[in-house]
Amino acid sequence: MQTYWTNLTPQHRRSWLLVVVYVALLLAISWLDFGYNTAGQTVFRGILLGMLVFLVASGLSLIFGLLDVLNFAQGAFLLIGAYVGYDIYQSLDASVEVRFLAAIGGGVLLVAAIGAVMEAGLIRPLYERPIFQIVLTFGLAAIFLDFVERIYGRNPKQPLSPPPLLNEKFTLFQQSLSVYRLFIIGLGLAMMIGVYILLNRTRIGIIIRAGVQDPEMVQALGINVRRVFTLVFILGSALAALGGIALVPYQGATLEMGNQFLILAIVVVVIGGMGSYEGTAVASIVVGLTRAVAEQLSLEHFDAPVLAETSILLLMIAVLLVQPSGLFGRGE
Amino acid sequence: MSATPTPAHILEVRGIHTFIGEFHILEGVTVEVPPGSITVLLGRNGAGKTTTLRSIIGLAPPRAGEIAFKGVPIHGLRAHKIAQMGIGYVPEKRIIFRDLTVGENLLIAERDKGDLERKADFIFGLFPDLKRLYHLPGGHLSGGQQQMLAIARALVADNSLLLIDEPSEGLAPVLIEHMMEAIRQLSASTTVLLVEQNFQVASQLAERYVIIEEGISVHSGLMADLVQDKALITTYLGVA
Repeated sequence: MQTYWTNLTPQHRRSWLLVVVYVALLLAISWLDFGYNTAGQTVFRGILLGMLVFLVASGLSLIFGLLDVLNFAQGAFLLIGAYVGYDIYQSLDASVEVRFLAAIGGGVLLVAAIGAVMEAGLIRPLYERPIFQIVLTFGLAAIFLDFVERIYGRNPKQPLSPPPLLNEKFTLFQQSLSVYRLFIIGLGLAMMIGVYILLNRTRIGIIIRAGVQDPEMVQALGINVRRVFTLVFILGSALAALGGIALVPYQGATLEMGNQFLILAIVVVVIGGMGSYEGTAVASIVVGLTRAVAEQLSLEHFDAPVLAETSILLLMIAVLLVQPSGLFGRGE
Repeated sequence: MSATPTPAHILEVRGIHTFIGEFHILEGVTVEVPPGSITVLLGRNGAGKTTTLRSIIGLAPPRAGEIAFKGVPIHGLRAHKIAQMGIGYVPEKRIIFRDLTVGENLLIAERDKGDLERKADFIFGLFPDLKRLYHLPGGHLSGGQQQMLAIARALVADNSLLLIDEPSEGLAPVLIEHMMEAIRQLSASTTVLLVEQNFQVASQLAERYVIIEEGISVHSGLMADLVQDKALITTYLGVA
């Protein structure tokens, strides 16, 4: 821990302090304004949202960091994951546990395959043309949305019951909640730690982090950087799909969910610092908490739901004013 | 069946033409590097020395001409394939991975598992500071230490040719001495092709030279002859 702190740049140390102070402020406001139980419920909702956003944003951040591609189709990956997962979960003739696991596996694998084809076939020829990439991913997002609409229709899909083990209830801050919510938080946390270990404790992780800084030099060391690009794109796509599938038993599936989470994810990536995995993880939680607290504030005082939407954009502007490269982005 | 003759030069660059975007940077560069030597590319700023190294390693592939390494054509291959054949590249401006620790900067250069462990004595003997700084991020190192790390990284894998771009650039005189000594020592086991703007450094290190002028190689030969030829030095390098 001491080594971690001493190895941080002064800018990143300041960012950590800002985050700690800001989160403490949010907690204090919640406690003083909403009371102990509502504050606890709000924080829990914020962490839950933060974990879901993280699954989309981490992929966006990894892909942007390494490939310099702002992938507007990342929200569509979540959408496809949710609908395909929904379909498998609902239609498979098997026990609910098997259907649940099959939904996760099927949705993730399909989207990972789409990601692989998309990177190798469409994005790779455009690595030298960033504007074209943006237009391409934007167009693909629209096409994916259209496909999903044609296959599954416009009507929202209602939440499906998770397996019984995850559907049990528990009480937290005097509110009865489904264990499934804990599962989502656990899933997000597991992915957060898993990707961290991948990036920091494995050779492929070292290559990815080096590639984020200088892909050309990685290549000059004898490493096939294009293969790493594809791998990261697959990983990023799969994480978004996992987020989508996780949402199905929680809030069902709608055609709008992809874009909603894409906007949140872009805000998270900008706040955390483009390409910084650590920044994305921290910013996901911060954005989740901010939105949950703003929602509760608007509910209790202002009767203006738009406040919740605006709050994270205001947060983004504030962070960029203090640190233009985001909390954990690199200065240059 | 007769055995394939060993080529006289470990690296042969023949009349390469390289473009960066639409700019025609190299308009016919020929470089021959004998094995076991230190050869230096000389020339004024913007002459095409760095582009020549980048063309050899495949980061700026030539559109015409030939490059052969140990007799095998390498032009047209992708950079990672060329590097895997045994060519190490130390770019100018001490490009290291700033967010990776010194250890990670070295480990990433392993081509076979355990390369760093096998070479540790040699590398840390050459650059003892790097052992002490092993767990520190590359971005925290001083300019001289970053240059050492950039060279050390190219030594991790078994490379038989090192391309080193401007190793003395921006270094204090005492560090330049250290760097020169390190390059001399590593040249005992590896052939070196160097780009060096500082003629003093170049003339003390290299046995052979190639002068590049406006993207064309105009002169080559033994460094011992060049240092005697003041007119040539003044004409092409602008130093008296």
